[in-house]
Amino acid sequence: MAKVLMKGNEALAEAALAAGCRFYSGYPITPQTEILEYLSWRMEEVGGEFIQAESELSGVNMVLGAAAAGARALTSSAGPGFSLKQEGISYLVASELPAVIVDVMRIGSGLGDIAQSQGDYWQLTRGGGHGDYRTIVLAPASVQENADLMVTAFDLAEKYTHPVLIASDAAIGQMIEAVEIPEFIEHDIDKYEWSLKGCKKGDEQRKVQNAYYTNPNYEYFLRDKYDKMVAEEQRYEAIQIEDAEIVLVAYGISSRVATEAVEEGRAKGMKIGLIRPITLYPFPEKAFAQAKEAKAFLTVEMNILGQMVDDVKLATGGAKPVEHYGSIFAIPETDGILEKAQAVLSAIKEGK
Amino acid sequence: MDKEKIYTDTNRCKGCGYCIHFCPKDAISVSAIVNDKGYNVIQVDEEKCICCGSCYRVCPDYVFEIR
Amino acid sequence: MKVKAPETVTFTQSGFCPGCGHGLAVRLIAEVAEELGLSEKLLTVVDVACGSLNIDSWRFDTIMAAHGRPIVTAIGAKRVRKENPVLAYVGDGAAYSIGMAETMHAAIRNDNVITIVINNSLFGMTGGQCAPTSLPGQRTTSTPYGKDAAKAGMPFNVVDAFSGLKIGYLARAALCDVANMNKAKQYIKKAFEKHMAGDGFCLVELLSACPTNLNMAPVASMERIKTDMMPYFPIGEFQEHKKGE
Repeated sequence: MAKVLMKGNEALAEAALAAGCRFYSGYPITPQTEILEYLSWRMEEVGGEFIQAESELSGVNMVLGAAAAGARALTSSAGPGFSLKQEGISYLVASELPAVIVDVMRIGSGLGDIAQSQGDYWQLTRGGGHGDYRTIVLAPASVQENADLMVTAFDLAEKYTHPVLIASDAAIGQMIEAVEIPEFIEHDIDKYEWSLKGCKKGDEQRKVQNAYYTNPNYEYFLRDKYDKMVAEEQRYEAIQIEDAEIVLVAYGISSRVATEAVEEGRAKGMKIGLIRPITLYPFPEKAFAQAKEAKAFLTVEMNILGQMVDDVKLATGGAKPVEHYGSIFAIPETDGILEKAQAVLSAIKEGK
Repeated sequence: MDKEKIYTDTNRCKGCGYCIHFCPKDAISVSAIVNDKGYNVIQVDEEKCICCGSCYRVCPDYVFEIR
Repeated sequence: MKVKAPETVTFTQSGFCPGCGHGLAVRLIAEVAEELGLSEKLLTVVDVACGSLNIDSWRFDTIMAAHGRPIVTAIGAKRVRKENPVLAYVGDGAAYSIGMAETMHAAIRNDNVITIVINNSLFGMTGGQCAPTSLPGQRTTSTPYGKDAAKAGMPFNVVDAFSGLKIGYLARAALCDVANMNKAKQYIKKAFEKHMAGDGFCLVELLSACPTNLNMAPVASMERIKTDMMPYFPIGEFQEHKKGE
């Protein structure tokens, strides 16, 4: 398929259809509303079902019903609306159902504002709802990745019969770039035995409920599931980290600025690199083993508290200092990142 | 054709007494039998029973069958 | 008369308390599905409270949804499995308290799902707290001195609430004696038929006994349906619209 110019949110929506998604229910909230608007007309064209739900709660619980019936189902929201999705995400996990839920992040907490932010890292990666779970989180950094990772998301959701989250943000969602939409595939709602079809006489009844009611080895099952995710699903991009003394860690929109900072820093003679997590969970710990010369790590995030810092510390076993360059309202600046990087290195050299 | 007859599975009975209350012939009563779950179960006087199915209708625990 | 509970009822001893109305509703739904030849196609969605025990009380493919969300979960399933009848089974707490938005909007959109609401005038699973359907003066574990209607409101009547809307089918029956149970079955059957005809949202409310939480003997709690509940919750068929009407 040829490249076309598309807005991030719309490319994401179209890619969902390409991945065989034929059910969407959502609720308007900026900056994700284009997903809902786009699918309001486009879903019908491909013979799928679109529902504008009365709330995010309804939206995600409709998705649960559609997923249980065997469809590839999607819902999306932003910030405060995504918090409401957490109810259904926890139930999707408990019920062992695949689905994709998108968070086009905006500034919080509370209402916050509609501008870009990366303030939902914690609620995305820590299992934001009640209970003992986590979810695979994919973080696109371009319109093309918005499209490509949507296909990955549905595949992983089915591989693990588990919801998968996409951590987009207002900038990625709103920007317009050239994108190649993946090939369309058809998804068969009868593909899996577990999907609800009606119980034939004498057959085993299908029950979509908490897996621990029915699985006597639930504890091991759950642990194995997440171990497998950690072993098999770490995705990242590493840029010039082998000899880097300072390694930036950034995902999504801020990783684009961080990439530029690496180029500029290198031009100035700095030994600087970048690890760009594409999966926020499982966190790409494998990448950090390659940063052998690193004296320090610097996360570049659009939040104040440095939400990703903990994960970098865990990934590096606390061996090196992990600092945070944060911004709110504005996308981080290359100069600011480099200044901070230099300051971190200087402090280490001076033994501070 | 054989005459219809009432059958009960009192292991399902929880002793709520709806069948006793709604039986038009007072054919059902509490027995001295306690089932596996510890409920005092019902008994049917087949002489009085007219196989009307009222007990089946009001029983929440599927104790009755008439065939 | 020959009678036998349908094979779609599991016959394992249910977890319901003695005299609970849920067991009756389960059997009526199973009977209707069998008579209409839909037993092998019916998909059900149950709530998390007492009604959740239905997942083990019947043999239909079943989703146990989040509290208050079975109706929208059923809508999601129905949109994917258009040929299958899809039924949401909820209590009055789910339908008219935490899930009120879901119930109202299903009615506003006239979504094509069957909804059975068990109205026992309280929250059963959590130990008998006040519900939007609790009667004025009713003692519950959260209104120990009796429900003060001036503070907590009058019992919620879904028939009034839906009066400005046009839905596929709206009826209320009482699981309080043989005749009323037969009527309940008739209404449930109508709901199934309207649903299969694609006429939209079909809601049947069943007034039901909860001896445990009312601290009453089963027969007395069934009598209470007639004497105390029916004055607030009249029974009958209230709406019957065709698709696109």
